[in-house]
Amino acid sequence: MLYAILGSLMILCATPLAALFAGHRERMILGIGTFGNLFACVLGVSASLFALVSGEQIFLKIPWSLPIGKIAIGLDPLSSFFLVCIFLVSGLSALYGKGYFIHYQGKKWLLSPVFFFSFLVASMVGVVIARNGILFLAAWEIMSLSSFFLVTFENERKEVVKAGVLYLMASQAGVVFLFVLFTLLSRVSGSFDFNTFQMSSLKMPGLANTCFLLALVGFGTKAGFWPVHIWLPEAHPAAPSPVSAVMSGVMIKMGIYGLLRTLLFFGTPPSWWGGLIIGIGIVSGVLGVLHALTEHDLKRLLAYHSVENIGIIALGIGLGLLGQSLANPMIIFLGYSGALLHVLNHGLFKGLLFHGAGSVQHSTGTRNLDALGGLYRFMPMTGTSFLIGSAAICGLPPFNGFISEYLIYRGAFQGSFYFPTLWGLFALAIVPALALIGGLAVTCFVKAFGIIFLGNPRTEKTTHAHESNIFMVIPMIIGAVLCFVIGVFPIEMIYLTAPAADFFGGSFTAAEPAVNSLLMITYAAAVLFILIGLFYLLRRGLLRNRKVEKSETWSCGYPAYNPRMQYTAASFAEPVLAPFAPLIYSRIKHQKTPLGYFPEKAHYEKHLGDIASEKWLLPGIRRVVKILSQFRIIQQGRLQLYLLYIAATFAALLIWVLIKGGY
Amino acid sequence: MILEIIEQIAILLFVPPLFIGIINKMKAWAAGRKGAPLFQFYFDLWKLLKKGEVYSRTATWIFTAGPIISLASIFCAGFILPLALSSSPLGFKGDIILFAYLLAFGHFFILLSALDTGSSFEGMGASRGAAFSAFSEPAFFLSLAILCIHAKSVTFKDVFHALPWATWGFAHPVYLVAALALFAVLLAENSRIPVDDPNTHLELTMIHEVMVLDHGGPDLAFILYGSSLKFFLQAVLLVHLLLPLPSTNWYFGIFYLFIGVFGVGILVALVESAVARIRLSRVPQFLIGASILAVLGLILSFYKGAP
Repeated sequence: MLYAILGSLMILCATPLAALFAGHRERMILGIGTFGNLFACVLGVSASLFALVSGEQIFLKIPWSLPIGKIAIGLDPLSSFFLVCIFLVSGLSALYGKGYFIHYQGKKWLLSPVFFFSFLVASMVGVVIARNGILFLAAWEIMSLSSFFLVTFENERKEVVKAGVLYLMASQAGVVFLFVLFTLLSRVSGSFDFNTFQMSSLKMPGLANTCFLLALVGFGTKAGFWPVHIWLPEAHPAAPSPVSAVMSGVMIKMGIYGLLRTLLFFGTPPSWWGGLIIGIGIVSGVLGVLHALTEHDLKRLLAYHSVENIGIIALGIGLGLLGQSLANPMIIFLGYSGALLHVLNHGLFKGLLFHGAGSVQHSTGTRNLDALGGLYRFMPMTGTSFLIGSAAICGLPPFNGFISEYLIYRGAFQGSFYFPTLWGLFALAIVPALALIGGLAVTCFVKAFGIIFLGNPRTEKTTHAHESNIFMVIPMIIGAVLCFVIGVFPIEMIYLTAPAADFFGGSFTAAEPAVNSLLMITYAAAVLFILIGLFYLLRRGLLRNRKVEKSETWSCGYPAYNPRMQYTAASFAEPVLAPFAPLIYSRIKHQKTPLGYFPEKAHYEKHLGDIASEKWLLPGIRRVVKILSQFRIIQQGRLQLYLLYIAATFAALLIWVLIKGGY
Repeated sequence: MILEIIEQIAILLFVPPLFIGIINKMKAWAAGRKGAPLFQFYFDLWKLLKKGEVYSRTATWIFTAGPIISLASIFCAGFILPLALSSSPLGFKGDIILFAYLLAFGHFFILLSALDTGSSFEGMGASRGAAFSAFSEPAFFLSLAILCIHAKSVTFKDVFHALPWATWGFAHPVYLVAALALFAVLLAENSRIPVDDPNTHLELTMIHEVMVLDHGGPDLAFILYGSSLKFFLQAVLLVHLLLPLPSTNWYFGIFYLFIGVFGVGILVALVESAVARIRLSRVPQFLIGASILAVLGLILSFYKGAP
C-alpha cells in the first residue's frame, strides 16, 4: 500500500504543475486543483485505511545522489493512522476550498492557494512516511513554508503579514531544536536513519533525556503546547478557512506525530517523561479553553481550542508513557488509543468548525461574535453542522469527542488504582482536569454557537446572511456525520487505533474489558434516541388540536426592545472567567466613570490577553533582542572593518598554530 | 430483566416529583407554614401538560428540542444508575463517566434553548448556569474518584458494593468527605440554596428559573420534570453512598431507597431553611471549596493506602 500512497503523493505534486498550464483562467485552476487534491486524498484515505487494517509494515530504501545517505521511507501502523487523518481532513478541506476560494475570483491569483495546498498535504505525507532524519526535516521545512504562504494568502492586509511572520519565526525557532535533536542522534548512531537511532540510543540515559526535552520543545512548538502555542491564535485566524482547517486539524498533529516517533526511539521511558507531559497537557488544556473563553473572534476562539485539544492529546500520551515506564499494557493501550483517537476526532470536528467559521465569515463579512446573532435562520445547514461540531468538541455523548475522552478517563482511573502513589496522583490529576476542561468547553461553545446562530442579529449586515454554496456545505455535513458515526459506533474505531497503540507496547487483550464497554455506549446512544423519539411523539400528541402561537420574546414588559440588549459574548463568559482572573493577563485600558448628579458619558475598556505571549515570551524576546543588538557595534557595514576582522582572525589562527607547534 | 427495566422506569417516572414535594413540605414546616400538598408538583406537571404553547418568533427548533433532548438524556442517565437494586439495566464497566456526561449533554441543550429566544434574561441565566456547572464538574468527578479508588472500579455497581456497611464512618472517614462534597454539588447543580433559590421571583437573581423563562406548557413540564429527575438521581447517588446497603431484594431495596431519599430531602430542606443565599460571585468559591474538600479526601485515601 506504500506504493498507492506514493502514487497519491505523485498526484499531489502533479496537481499544481497541471494547474500552472491553466494560466490565469482561475475557475480552471481551482477546478484542476480541487479535483487533483480530492482524488489524491480519496486514494490516500483508502490506501492508508487498508494498510492500517492489514497492519502493513514496510520499509524502503532508494539511493539518492546527495551525500547524506539514502531516501528511507516506510509505513507502520503509527504512520498509517496519521495518514488516514491527513488525507481525510485535507480531502474535506480541498472540497471546501473549491467553494471558498471561488469568491476571490478576479481579486487574487488563485494558483497560489492551490499550489501551496497541494504541497502542504504532500509534505505532511512526507513527514509521516520519512524514515531518515534529513528527509524528515526536509519535508518538515516544506510543510512549514507552504503553510506560511497559505497563511499569508491575503497579504494585502497588514495583520495577516504580521501573523504570517510570527508563524514563520515560531516554526523556525522550533525546528532549530529538531536540527539539534537529529544531529545528536546521528552522532551517536552514525547515520540519519531512524532504525539506527532506535538501536543505539538505549545505551545512554542522559542522551535520551536530552533528546526527549529537545523533541518536546521542537515538536511542541508545532503542536501548540502551552507556552509555545503563541503562534496558533495569530496564524489560524489569518489563514483562509480551508487552510485553518488543515493546519489546526492535521498540521499541528505533525508535532504530535514527531513526538510519538521520537519516543519510539527510546524503548522504555523514565516515569518523569509521562509526568511532565501530563503536566503540560493539564496546563495547555485548561489555559487553552480559558483563553478561548476570552476571545470574541470566532477563529481565534477555535485556535485556542486547538491548544486545549492538544492538551487532551498530551494527557493521553503522558498516561501511555507512564504505563510504559510502569509496565502496564492496559494503560499504555488506553492512553495511546485515547490520544490517537483524539487526533482523528479533533481533526474531524475542528475541521468542521473552521469550515463553519469560514462560512459565517463569508456570509456576513465578520468573525466578531458580538456583531453576529440569529444566523441559524439564514444558514441552517452550516448551523446544524456547527452545532454537532460544538457538541463533539465539548466531549459530549453521543459524539466522537466523548469516545477519546472516555478512553483517557478509563486509563487515568486505572492508573490511579494501580500505579505507585506519586504516579498514581499524576494519573488521578487527569480526571478533574478533563472534567474542568469539559465544563469550560461547554460554556465556551454554548457561547460561540448561541451568540452566533441563536437569538436576533446584532448588526445590520448580519440580517443579509445567506447559506454557503454546495461545495462548502457538503464537507461540513460529511464531517458532522463522521463525528456522529464515530460517537455511536466507537468500538470499530478502536480497531484502527489498536495496531498503533500496540506498537508502543500496549495490549489490546489486556484492555479488552474497557474496550468492550464501548459497546454499551452504542446501546446507551440507542436508548437515548428512543427516548428522544418517545418524548417528541408525546409532545406532538399533547399539542395536537391545541393552540400553538407565535409571539415576541418576553422582555419584562419593556416595549422598546432591541437586539443590542441581548447578552454578548463578553458578558456571557464573565462569570466563569472571574475566578480565573490571575491566569489571564487583563488590563483596563481606558476608564471614565460617570460623574455628577446627571451622569452622561461613561467609558470602560478592558483587554484580556495571554500571559504566555504578552507577559513572558514577547517581553523576553524583546530583552534578548536588546542584548543581542549590542553586538551591532561590530557590524558597521564598512568594508575596511570586515577586512580587518579577516586579517585579525588569520593572524590569531597563525599564532595559535605556532604556539601549538604542530608543524 | 424485563421486570427490572419496568421497575426502573416506574421509579424514574413517579418518584422524582414526590421528592420535590417532600422538600417543599419540610421547608414549609420549618418556616412554620402548612405548605402546599405533598403531591403539588404532580398537579403542576399535569396542568402544564394540558396547556398549549406560545413560541417566540426568534426561536428555532433548538428551543423546542432543548426540553426533549435534555429530558431524554437525564432519563437515559437514570437507566445507568442503580436505584432500588444493586444493578441497573444500562450499567456497565465505566458507566460513571457516561452518567456524568449524559447529564452534561442535557444541560448543554437547556443552555442553548435558553439563548435561542434572544432574551437578555435568558442569556444571563445561561451564562450563570454554564459557569456554575463548569465549576461543579471537577468537584463531582473528584468526589466520585474517592469512591472509585476504594472500589478500584469506575462502575456504580462495584463502587456501591465496595462500601463496608457499619464501619465506613470510622474506618474510612474519607467517604464522609466525599459525601459532603457531593452534597455541595447536589445543591449547586439543582439550583438550591445557597447557590440558587427556586422560590425567587426576581429574574435578575435567578439562575435555573430564568433560563426557562420563555418555555411554557408541555415544554416547561418536560423541563421541570427533567430537573426534578436529575435532582432525584443525584440524591440517590448520595443515598447509596451514605447508606451502603446493597440489596437484591426489590421490596427491601425500594423501602431503603425511599427512606434514603426522604432523608436527603430533609437534609436539603434543613439547609434551605437555615442558610441564606450566597452572593453570585461567591458561588465559584463554594464549588471550588467542594473540590478542595474532595482533594483532601483523595489525599487521605492515598495516605491510608487504598484498602
